[in-house]
Amino acid sequence: VSVLPAALRTRAAAVWAGLVLASLVSFWLGTDHGFSGADGRRAGTAIVLAIAFVKIRFIGLDFMELRHAPLALRLAFEGWCLIVGCAVVGLLLAGDPG
Amino acid sequence: MVVFALLFGVFLVTRRDDPATFASSRTELNQTFGAVNLLVLLTSSLLVVLATQAFRRGSRAASGRLLAGAAGCGVLFLVIKAVEYAGKVHHGIDPGTNDFFMYFFILTGIHAVHVAMGIAGLIVLRHVARRDVAKPNDLRTIEIGATFWHMVDLLWVVLFPLLYLAS
Repeated sequence: VSVLPAALRTRAAAVWAGLVLASLVSFWLGTDHGFSGADGRRAGTAIVLAIAFVKIRFIGLDFMELRHAPLALRLAFEGWCLIVGCAVVGLLLAGDPG
Repeated sequence: MVVFALLFGVFLVTRRDDPATFASSRTELNQTFGAVNLLVLLTSSLLVVLATQAFRRGSRAASGRLLAGAAGCGVLFLVIKAVEYAGKVHHGIDPGTNDFFMYFFILTGIHAVHVAMGIAGLIVLRHVARRDVAKPNDLRTIEIGATFWHMVDLLWVVLFPLLYLAS
């Protein structure tokens, strides 16, 4: 596709590269390589979920273009990321037997 | 997204009641399927962003090709998901196996329905981008469709670690 070389220099492409890198790190951490023992595993999974919500924030800001959206819309999205992210990580840790 | 947030919560509360079953069931999943599908959807989202930017520049043909590529990624996601489901059923695992697999099939099933709707949307957007006579609301239509597709991507970004890595 003729647009690709220019496209690879866009902010969106940089964000995509960051998201892929974060996904690979999460996969490594989440498949028992990153941490050992029950506590290590708890920490690893909490970090992996926290990374997921940071990734979501970038998808919203840069792919959904909320970075330049009206403030109320951006705050609603960032509020969702923060509240749901904290709730998920909190419930995850609360439910771990370790 | 509020509904999915509630589903994440229900899944985690149920997991708290029976962590051993959830932990052992998770190991039955093929994490590679989930991870590859994550990369497939992230790539499709990038293609949709580039398609929107190309449309704004007036490169309607390029926009159409990028949207077709994104839809192709969506189809690849569903094919991988179908292979994964078939493998589970082949090994006697279905939504009735236990609570983990009930939520696994419900959450991934609802998500897959959204992927299918998103693919249909992308096909419509490709038609909008390439039609001979442009209409005033074309850009708005493409932006709305693109945002829906990013939401489909975003939900898998949580579902993958929640189901495949964390339980």
